[in-house]
Amino acid sequence: MSRSAARSRLKAARLGPRDVLHVGSSGLRSRPMRVVLSALGIAIGIATMIAVVGISASSQAQLLRELDKLGTNLLVASPGDSMFAGEEVHLPEGSVGMVGRIKGVQEVGATADLDATVRRTEKIDEDDTGGIGVKATTAGLLRVLRGEVTRGSWLNAATGRYPSVVLGHVSADRLGITKPGQQVWIGDRYFTVAGILAPLPLAPEIERSALVGWEGAKRLLGFAGHPTSIYERSDDAAVQDVRKVMAATVDPQNPQNVKVTDPSSALRAKAATEGAFSSLLLGLGGIALLVGGVGVANTMIISVLERRYEIGLRRSLGATRGQIRIQFVTESLMLSGLGGLAGVTLGAAATGAYAHTGGLPWVVPLWAVAGGFCATLVIGTVAGLYPAVRASRLSPTLALHAA
Amino acid sequence: MSGAADTDTDTGTVVGLRGVTKEYAGGVTALRGVDLTVREGELLAIVGPSGSGKSTLLHIVGTLDRPTAGTVHIAGHDVAALTDRRLSALRAQHVGFVFQAFHLVPGVSARDNVAEGLLYSGLPRSVRRRKAAEALDRVGLADRLHHKPDQLSGGQKQRVAIARAVVGEPALLLADEPTGALDSASGAAVMELLRDLNREGATIAVITHDTEIAGSLPREVRIRDGEVVADIRNPPVRRPMTTGAEL
Ligand SMILES: Nc1ncnc2c1ncn2[C@@H]1O[C@H](COP(=O)(O)OP(=O)(O)OP(=O)(O)O)[C@@H](O)[C@H]1O
Ligand SMILES: [Mg+2]
Repeated sequence: MSRSAARSRLKAARLGPRDVLHVGSSGLRSRPMRVVLSALGIAIGIATMIAVVGISASSQAQLLRELDKLGTNLLVASPGDSMFAGEEVHLPEGSVGMVGRIKGVQEVGATADLDATVRRTEKIDEDDTGGIGVKATTAGLLRVLRGEVTRGSWLNAATGRYPSVVLGHVSADRLGITKPGQQVWIGDRYFTVAGILAPLPLAPEIERSALVGWEGAKRLLGFAGHPTSIYERSDDAAVQDVRKVMAATVDPQNPQNVKVTDPSSALRAKAATEGAFSSLLLGLGGIALLVGGVGVANTMIISVLERRYEIGLRRSLGATRGQIRIQFVTESLMLSGLGGLAGVTLGAAATGAYAHTGGLPWVVPLWAVAGGFCATLVIGTVAGLYPAVRASRLSPTLALHAA
Repeated sequence: MSGAADTDTDTGTVVGLRGVTKEYAGGVTALRGVDLTVREGELLAIVGPSGSGKSTLLHIVGTLDRPTAGTVHIAGHDVAALTDRRLSALRAQHVGFVFQAFHLVPGVSARDNVAEGLLYSGLPRSVRRRKAAEALDRVGLADRLHHKPDQLSGGQKQRVAIARAVVGEPALLLADEPTGALDSASGAAVMELLRDLNREGATIAVITHDTEIAGSLPREVRIRDGEVVADIRNPPVRRPMTTGAEL
């Protein structure tokens, strides 16, 4: 060992990233239980926020996926509110065929509201409709709505003429009909149930209807032949053009009496509100996060108090004030970062469990994960700064006092 | 060597204190105008009763504290002129400390404890670990590299602490009651180790209560009430190795 007291250049050496991690984690390694407890607050906060955002994003993704399947190229024409109160407005009889001839229209279907009521048996009171309407329907309706028959079959040219009926799933439920072949009382006779429809998110009014064939309704229920709603599906590109001419095509004399609606717009609006997550829950997550941050700061202050000798020792070994500060800020960052990591995992898992049970797609937005993690890093820095500054200001002579 | 002030910056001077006074807040004057020069290769004892200011003196020599008045030169550097960063670098490069309470990091192997002594030196990790093993070998603990502090005896712990202090080959080794927490046999072994290190060239200052230990070292600085009352050069004691264990 050669020694020289020759004056040398004094320059504090920098700690490499690995050494910073090493000193920063030394306090955590010796107290794992405390690490878990103080990271827990941050973890709960982040998990809540990730789950709130993730669950609403998953629900939204589900709606958008459904919307995609249902299509946004459906338009419905129905009688508008008449200018004269009480006057019933009908659509002209031949208008269904007219709509079918508009350029770009692929499918057309129509329904007409009937005065008749539907009941399980004739013995049930006529006023007890259960909110179910009876409608006449064209054969094309099912295709336009992209609907499906869960049990039995759709009306065809033959069954459409006879007393047979297809029920929306809500009306089947309310009537207590579970399988085709059962009978319901419509008007003044029994109709045989031909089929039960699957849910129709774009046409909830059909879900609550009993559908009788167009010709059958004329023959058996005194239907005059005026459609109430005309459903049409067109090329995606033609939707706007069709919409412009639809009213005039349906009723050239009184186009102002025709209301044209886009049923998918309601679903789109719903998807947008699903995406707007509950700010109350998000606020709760934020409070948990704040409390977690205070917990980390508290742990760091205790850690500094407990490790006065270690700090003195490090100063005697040549650590600068800055290096002591970095050590404790790193420790705080690791503590909250660990909580953040656990929180993101927990939140994503909670979203996954919710999505799984609800049959939704599992969506955890990347911005939420990144944002949550950034928040923990900010919290870690803020929570660690004051204890770190205190640590760096401790007198280095502490190490020499007996422990 | 024309005057006292010049000798402080001589290449051979490790410690130069001129008129060092330390007053603590609260009115205690722990040191009163201390002059002290330590030259390269010296082994000295700082001895005095409790409360006489020994530890305070060590803090100031070790640059852990600054005097209220007077000048301090360590390894040629005027401590008063240095920023915290440069003062820290001075400690990292030139000063090693041994504490009565060892201050080893619990749960960390002897080798990693010693390597910690080089953490702020700027050396890469692999070099730090190699030098740590060499230093442990030097203090006779080559076979205890992977032992944790709680698996070591008091004397062994202090030897690990000495290895940590000398691993960076400091210009000055400061020990505050290094044998204070040890039984007499382990204490004697630690003193023997310090003598060996000094024989190899290390400059060492040992604080002690023990007048017998102080008397056995080549130089003895006695302080009382913050003042140097005697600075004695002891005649070299030639003792056979066997008597070491009797202490
Ligand atoms: N941080 C401090 N604040 C105020 N007074 C202090 C402080 N440290 C030491 N003193 C006082 O300074 C005087 C010298 O203390 P010092 O620790 O240097 O004594 P010592 O010689 O090391 O004693 P011992 O042998 O008991 O360790 C004592 O009177 C002590 O009370
Ligand atoms: Mg003391």
